[in-house]
Amino acid sequence: MRILVPVKRVIDYNVKARVKADGSGVDLANVKMSMNPFDEIAVEEAIRLKEKGVAEEVIAVSIGVKQAAETLRTALAMGADRAILVTATDDVQQDIEPLAVAKILAAVAKAEGTELVIAGKQAIDNDMNATGQMLAALLGWAQATFASKLEIDGGKAKVTREVDGGLQTIAVALPAVVTADLRLNEPRYASLPNIMKAKKKPLEEKTAADYGVDVAPRLEVVSVREPEGRKAGIKVGSVDELVGKLKEAGVI
Amino acid sequence: MFDQRTDEYQDIRDAVRALCAEFPDEYHRKIDEARAYPAEFVDALTRAGWMAALIPEAYGGSGLGLTEASVIMEEINRSGGNSGACHGQMYVINTLIKHGSEAQKQHYLPRIATGEWRLQSMAVTEPTTGSDTTKIKTVAVKKGDRWVINGQKVWISRVLHSDLIIVLARTTPVEQCRKPSEGMSIFIVDAKAAQANGQLVVKPIPNMVNHETNELFFDNLEVPEENLIGTEGQGFKHLLSGLNAERVLIAAECIGDGYWFTDRVVKYVNERVVFGRPIGQNQGVQFPIAEAFIEVEAANLMRFKAAALYDADQPCGAEANMAKYLAAKSSWEAANACIQFHGGFGFANEYDVERKFRETRLYQVAPISTNMILGYVGQHVLGMPKSY
Repeated sequence: MRILVPVKRVIDYNVKARVKADGSGVDLANVKMSMNPFDEIAVEEAIRLKEKGVAEEVIAVSIGVKQAAETLRTALAMGADRAILVTATDDVQQDIEPLAVAKILAAVAKAEGTELVIAGKQAIDNDMNATGQMLAALLGWAQATFASKLEIDGGKAKVTREVDGGLQTIAVALPAVVTADLRLNEPRYASLPNIMKAKKKPLEEKTAADYGVDVAPRLEVVSVREPEGRKAGIKVGSVDELVGKLKEAGVI
Repeated sequence: MFDQRTDEYQDIRDAVRALCAEFPDEYHRKIDEARAYPAEFVDALTRAGWMAALIPEAYGGSGLGLTEASVIMEEINRSGGNSGACHGQMYVINTLIKHGSEAQKQHYLPRIATGEWRLQSMAVTEPTTGSDTTKIKTVAVKKGDRWVINGQKVWISRVLHSDLIIVLARTTPVEQCRKPSEGMSIFIVDAKAAQANGQLVVKPIPNMVNHETNELFFDNLEVPEENLIGTEGQGFKHLLSGLNAERVLIAAECIGDGYWFTDRVVKYVNERVVFGRPIGQNQGVQFPIAEAFIEVEAANLMRFKAAALYDADQPCGAEANMAKYLAAKSSWEAANACIQFHGGFGFANEYDVERKFRETRLYQVAPISTNMILGYVGQHVLGMPKSY
């Protein structure tokens, strides 16, 4: 089995995001970028399936600016076998929308003959949580989202999903799209020999046009702003005073 | 912001940081309090290949340069750890890589790369000679197919956590040599076996930082002739390239410390409110921190310059010494600012500032004292008379 793992280059989760002065988005110029943490979990899961002998090959793919090659090298250093970089824009500020990404991924999945796509459930930059679902729809494949456990058995994937109020276990027929939740696994860190090997692994360069996908934005970002700062609190001396203040504020 | 900067070594930095993150402040604090060796930490670094960075690929390492090795050391110190536990292998091994015979390299390097053996100790300094290395009294005399070593060494670190050590001994009396720097040779010694048979006695020296450092006594220590590294009589010269590597690595560790101190103190002074405002709002607090940061940045540039020269096989004695001087000075400035503005908390063990403060202070004394660097620059770079 060949597994395709889409990885997105996003603002590093340690970085304090700053909104651009004109409110058009988050400033990404000269900011540390890393692999979307949910995608790291997806890469880890794919590598584990390969280590168990369930999969023969793990292919990482990234769609966006050419700098996403660095993100793909990270996936290769973790253990992916090869990578495909699909350049879709030169502008580091441009986010490729989920539908365009899903269309390109569908084309890549068909071209590569993959039977399983493991993706992060969402990217931490825009939290869309849409690409995996759209991809499954476009391919006409089964989907299992928010996976916290994944087992492949014959032509089926048994997936435990984190749903409101508990865990749901479903079986889906392959080919399928699985999206990874936080507790699926704990991704490994790359060792030095694997970082060195990753530099020599194949990285194929493509463009969105190669797959005939128009990536022009369909959505308009109206405004982006910082969350409001937390206001100072007050100390109250008694329960009665607390109740009084809450009534005053009109919350009870 | 500066902590969002990336450079061409980001893959190395990210991977080392991820590993170090599994060993939080508390781990290093407990190891320090117990004066213990961070074996799990060093093992994890070894397993992930970081301790074999400089070993050529043909011998099981990654064949990287000193620049990359220095980035690894910097990240360890920047994460709150102390490279002192493991940096020895990085520079000691270069002596073997550069001057060892093919047979020696085949024998030792692959086993060092896997972590089966550790070579992280270099026995040069002696009690009566200090920095005047050519006056060493340890001698090695050839008897049949063996060398027999007698003498004493001091401040030799990590011996108890090394399988192999490198020893410098005089093999030709100084009066028979053309120059005092000739007539010395280096040997690779099986430290475990030598301790077991009593030919090597190791006496630990309790000290201010958690560096396992020792006095060594050689009592008719027998070493097979094939353990001589490089050319007989040229040992001091062979060591010098290793010493330049050591200076660059120590500079990088100081830079890691410097950023650790500025990170911590900036965070603290932004949060700590006294007299109704964060103390970082006071210029008296802000300026020393800014000054220290500027000095760390400048030292960083000199580190990369020295490392690049070393990797290009160019002479780098001046740059390596100057990088170490600048870095040790800047990390000390940063340490002072950090402990000062933490007030009493800076002295509390749980803030880790006092531990890092002690650790970084060492680097103005070891592995070469600041005065020796100034003397080197005065004489060899600027052409003033020899002062010592």
